[in-house]
Amino acid sequence: MNQQKLIREIFSGNAVIPIFAVLASFIFGGILIAFANEEVQEASGYFFARPMDTITAVLNSVFGAYDALFRGSIFNYQAATPQAMIKPITETLAFATPITLAGLGLAVGFRSGLFNIGGQGQIIFGAMFAGYVGLSFEAPFLIHMPMAVLAGLIGGALWGGLVGLLKATTGANEVVVTIMFNYIALLLLTYLLKTPVFQAPNQVNPISSPVAESSRLPGILGDGFRLHFGLIIMLAMVFVVWWLLYRSSIGFQFRALGFNPNAARTAGVNIPLTYVLVMAVSGALAGLAGASQVLGADKQLTVGISATFGIDAITVALLGRNNPFGVLAAGILFGGLRSGAVLMQANQGVPVDIVLVVQSTIVLFIAAPPLVRALFRLPKPKAVQA
Amino acid sequence: MRLELKQITKKFGDFTANDKIDLVAEAGQIHCLLGENGAGKSTLMNVLYGLYQADGGEILLDGQVQNFSGPGDAMAAGIGMVHQHFMLVPVFTVAENVILGHEPTKALGFLDIQAARERVREISSRFGFDIDPDAIVGDLSVGVQQRVEIIKALLGDAKVLIFDEPTAVLTPQETDELMGIMRQLRDEGKSIVFITHKLREVREVADKITVIRLGKVVGEASPTDSSEHLASMMVGREVDLSVHKNPANLGEASFKVNNLTAFNSAGSKVLDDVSFEIQKGEIFVIAGVQGNGQTELAEAILGIQERVTGSITLEGKELLGKSVKKVLDSGVGFVPEDRTEDGLVADFTIAENLMLDRSDRPPFARGVQLQLKKLHQFAEEKLKQFDIRAQSIFSKAKQLSGGNQQKVVLARELSRDLKVLVASQPTRGLDVGSIEFVHEQIVAARDGGIPVLIVATELDEATQLGDRVAVMYKGKIVGIVSPDTPREELGKLMAGVTK
Repeated sequence: MNQQKLIREIFSGNAVIPIFAVLASFIFGGILIAFANEEVQEASGYFFARPMDTITAVLNSVFGAYDALFRGSIFNYQAATPQAMIKPITETLAFATPITLAGLGLAVGFRSGLFNIGGQGQIIFGAMFAGYVGLSFEAPFLIHMPMAVLAGLIGGALWGGLVGLLKATTGANEVVVTIMFNYIALLLLTYLLKTPVFQAPNQVNPISSPVAESSRLPGILGDGFRLHFGLIIMLAMVFVVWWLLYRSSIGFQFRALGFNPNAARTAGVNIPLTYVLVMAVSGALAGLAGASQVLGADKQLTVGISATFGIDAITVALLGRNNPFGVLAAGILFGGLRSGAVLMQANQGVPVDIVLVVQSTIVLFIAAPPLVRALFRLPKPKAVQA
Repeated sequence: MRLELKQITKKFGDFTANDKIDLVAEAGQIHCLLGENGAGKSTLMNVLYGLYQADGGEILLDGQVQNFSGPGDAMAAGIGMVHQHFMLVPVFTVAENVILGHEPTKALGFLDIQAARERVREISSRFGFDIDPDAIVGDLSVGVQQRVEIIKALLGDAKVLIFDEPTAVLTPQETDELMGIMRQLRDEGKSIVFITHKLREVREVADKITVIRLGKVVGEASPTDSSEHLASMMVGREVDLSVHKNPANLGEASFKVNNLTAFNSAGSKVLDDVSFEIQKGEIFVIAGVQGNGQTELAEAILGIQERVTGSITLEGKELLGKSVKKVLDSGVGFVPEDRTEDGLVADFTIAENLMLDRSDRPPFARGVQLQLKKLHQFAEEKLKQFDIRAQSIFSKAKQLSGGNQQKVVLARELSRDLKVLVASQPTRGLDVGSIEFVHEQIVAARDGGIPVLIVATELDEATQLGDRVAVMYKGKIVGIVSPDTPREELGKLMAGVTK
């Protein structure tokens, strides 16, 4: 019960909190960057003699790092060719695709009062199902590709739905179950990648053959870019989830369950069935993320297929306040952090980990609205009249 | 101690909750503060208790101007408060709770829990409370928890005691007992401020009455004034407290409950062979002290009570064993006992709440696609028809007053095609104006020719509304009587005394 209360509290705050949380995290990240910078450390040694040196060094390090982050994630104005200039934003979108898809899934769960932490496992199941269809036969593209994508969706839905079923029948807590299911999924994938089911012939590494050409999600901008059709699926899903939550009777019942399970039950909502449905929908979206990775990005199954997308998705759902469009914005932000971090390290020597710190502090700030309010002098939310 | 409030003003933004309020409570008197929900009673008391700072006016104790910056100051000055929502730690014992905030210590800062136990025993024997200082508060009944609150206030050596809507959570018997306690406290020379909107209690116990409305004092009244007079002062217009209904136009008995028996999860019997029939056009009231099986009966009808045997039929069709959805679809209108917990989704808008049990069918959905235009049209209609006071149909349910929330529930249930209406304590916690409205709607449903089942804990409501009254005691129906049965006789039945 307390867990639900906490979730509700996090989401009932001011709508601008997430924006300020991001801002605060970047400021905090900037401070760390400055501290870790060698020139700053050196200049601070004679701060009282020549304070301007330190200040210049601080500004140089922070602006240099965030400039690199910008060039690595949005637009590289220093690049030689137009293609290379726009490459960063396409990288950002490529990363944003699985994160947003999984984030949408988790948001559906959170909105319905189910704290689905199982994004990782559901992505893996989606990837395994999609990968199996992509690996085991050849078929015309117009049949094979949709089939493989659908298989991914079903894989995620089954793995998520099973959690819903356990909750509905035994009352198992979905947080605990989904965390355990993440391990089960990963270990199952690792095992299967060492058996003929997935492992490529003549391979000693746990890695599959490339999926059939006909099952792949086609590229969008050509060979120079990693962007693929998964992006279109992701954008479509943003609208589908919005429609589901706010324009369909199913989503209405989901939200009623999330806000007040007792009232939902009294109004005739079939609670056990709805648990299963919510978790299936939630898992299906994460499963699509898995399908998009195996059919569009990696084009083969590896143990690292889910990366940390399922974990990032939790933050993305929180940051997007469980609103599909908010999740999209948050997903792109996280995609950008991921793609920009590489250049930041290569160019400015700022460790990639600083991005992790920024991501983590975002979570911290979102979970502590009073802190953000105090930092930015935002007004308290109005007390509701009884 | 003489408490005097002079020209107290408290504003929240543009809203003036208290507008130059004057109030004097003398020692050895019970002073009632009467007003509807939202009239500013609780705000005033929170100002007095130091929880809010007044924007104007002053507080005097025995003629001394006080300056409270927090409840600590107020307590130190001798003001004690029994809150509407108890301020107790459920996992602590009674003794631990009452010393919280001013813990007595022995050498080296060790808690002197023994001293606390002694004080609890002493006070509780003085008032005949019979409270074990080592009982865990969470295990105690609501009525007993309130006594712990009173002990807590008395331990702080309070000379002015404020009771904020203390009877809202009590059974009629517990209410009577509380009245006794208040009288005893008065006779010991305490000043009592009793905040309420219940007329019967005011007239029974008050020495002096101040009526406030919309944040202003509208006048003083005497406990001998008629209920109608007090009510109209409180509401600001003529109020009719009696329920108006024509003689029942009875049809066939279409709602039947037979040999209904149920057990709770602990295995004890909560419904014991309950049988009754309700005719079309009849209001059948289940009266009784809360906790005697009424909740379980209503839940059994709705289909959420487990471990039930027997039968419940509506127009010959069995309801027992069906899902909630099927029960509702077969024409059962259901007004739950706890509207915020079971009747409404607080974070949904009025419009969304109005389709809560019909979101999957026309006119509100075509397939699974919601028809929002139709919903909004419907909501606008109901807002007018049921006089729901809200800014718009997009106001959230949690922003409404209790009365308006109940109107939303009634509007939703009564606009379905009903074959029976089941309402549990439909006027619980409502103000006079809303009670009047809810009663009218229930009578209208009955006159529409359906059987109506009401669960009532207030005896007045049971006898005024009902065409027949059944009294429940320990899960059993101990008698079905006419509503003009004398009060004493009904009271005896409610206590389980049968001839």
